[in-house]
Amino acid sequence: MAILEVNNLHLSFGGLQVLQDVSFSVNSGEIYAIIGPNGAGKTSILNCLGGFYQQQKGEILFDQTNISHISPDRRAASGLARTFQNIALFRGMTVLDNIKLGSHAHLQTGLLGAAFYWGRAHREEMELRQEIENSIIDFLEIEHIRKQSVSTLSYGLQKRVELARALAMHPKILLMDEPVAGMNAEETEDMVRFILDIQEERDLTIILIEHDMRMIMDISDRIMVLNFGQKIAEGTPQEVQRHPEVLKAYLGTDKRGQK
Amino acid sequence: MDFFLLLLTSGIAVGGIYALIALGFVLIYKATSIINFATGEFMMIGAYIFYTGSVLFGLPAIPSFLIVMAGAGLLGLLVERTILRHMLGQPTISIVMVTIGLSSILMGLAEMIWSSDYKSFPALFPRAPIVVGDLIIRSNLFWGFVVAMVTVAIFALIFKYAKVGVAMRATANDQMAAFSMGINVRSMFTLAWIFGSIAASIGGLIIGNIGGVQPNLGGIGLKIFPVVILGGLDSIGGAVLGGFIVGIVENLAGGYLDPLVGGGVKNVAPFVILVLILMVRPYGLFGRKEIERL
Repeated sequence: MAILEVNNLHLSFGGLQVLQDVSFSVNSGEIYAIIGPNGAGKTSILNCLGGFYQQQKGEILFDQTNISHISPDRRAASGLARTFQNIALFRGMTVLDNIKLGSHAHLQTGLLGAAFYWGRAHREEMELRQEIENSIIDFLEIEHIRKQSVSTLSYGLQKRVELARALAMHPKILLMDEPVAGMNAEETEDMVRFILDIQEERDLTIILIEHDMRMIMDISDRIMVLNFGQKIAEGTPQEVQRHPEVLKAYLGTDKRGQK
Repeated sequence: MDFFLLLLTSGIAVGGIYALIALGFVLIYKATSIINFATGEFMMIGAYIFYTGSVLFGLPAIPSFLIVMAGAGLLGLLVERTILRHMLGQPTISIVMVTIGLSSILMGLAEMIWSSDYKSFPALFPRAPIVVGDLIIRSNLFWGFVVAMVTVAIFALIFKYAKVGVAMRATANDQMAAFSMGINVRSMFTLAWIFGSIAASIGGLIIGNIGGVQPNLGGIGLKIFPVVILGGLDSIGGAVLGGFIVGIVENLAGGYLDPLVGGGVKNVAPFVILVLILMVRPYGLFGRKEIERL
């Protein structure tokens, strides 16, 4: 069953066509990868899904609801979490504060509530903390750094904290923009393991962009290939690797399908 | 020595009040990256609202104070919703010009509504001066300081612990990430204007209580610039420290140097310090390094 359906997406900035008639659908619980050369429009698709870019044409259906015109924060609150290509953590805050912000939208007590019903706000906070400690921090193996400021962490750990923060949102779909870019082999391996575990344990749908071809081919259920803002192929890793258009546009002439 | 302590204490007291007004700048800048040049006029309007409540309607101090907070909040809300929201994404200089224009408009409005005559408040606080050992502090100044510090502390606590404060910090930190956390960034902007306006108006109320109110009361806002820049535009702690430094420097310079040169040093000293500190730390004592200077 499709949890996300994108129909005929058109996006342009001035005269520059960024996305042309891109349609795809993602099934619940699958890992769906978007690949393509630099400038193909991959991140633009994520920005359209997140609501940061407004497409000129086309619609986005999330859980059968048309979300094409609602604001980014409401999309996030309805279950669309995201990690960024250039880590977007809240600098100067601790790891724990960053992760807690992920569950911001799900705290019921608002401004007045927090001021007047201290008891309830306090209980919520405690429950939230328990949940974060047990099922996110332990799971991602970041217990040892939870009190540290995020700015002091290594790149790989920052990426992991960003993932933790996204998970605290209890998303239905997780959008990951280059989760292993710039990581060494060991960090990449860890991240891949986390992604697979998350998808399995939380029954989460993951849409990811990545340049690391080996990783993409290993973990994706299906792959969409973009070139110059157009979808040129879609299918399982095996199908995509053999697709003539893909070989031409993206993988060069290397028949083994590795960069 | 007594003279020095006297200058020091009144410097600290004035500094605390400066800190509160500086907070009016910082709360708005932190979330929206806009320097509100109408902060002084927000103060002035706050003082006039208090005057209206307490003198024209004869209300007691506490209800008048609550009306000031409500009125200031409304002013912040209106300014953000009707003017600045439409300026999102415009060049900084245009937005700055808008806030400068706003300050003139508010000044003109005040003159139309309350006339340009000097108005004074009924005594807000107990009249008896505060005596600490050999030191005597004017009661207006002392209680003004107390109110200012309590207000600053409340805002600091909101920012540190309340859900809405954390969301505002997140917004200030990274708007795109804040959006992605489900934070309604636009309402955070509105809230920042409401908070900033309330902080400034309470400052105006305190200043008005010390020296009365006139439409040009907001001119003191200019004096707060050294405070804000010193502390770094986006730091609450910096605003407090900047307030104390400027208050103390101003009083010491006024006490010791003014008699020698025939006056004027008191007003210039904070700006001299400002220039000196900016030469060493261009981003203020506590500011983030990447702050864009105007």
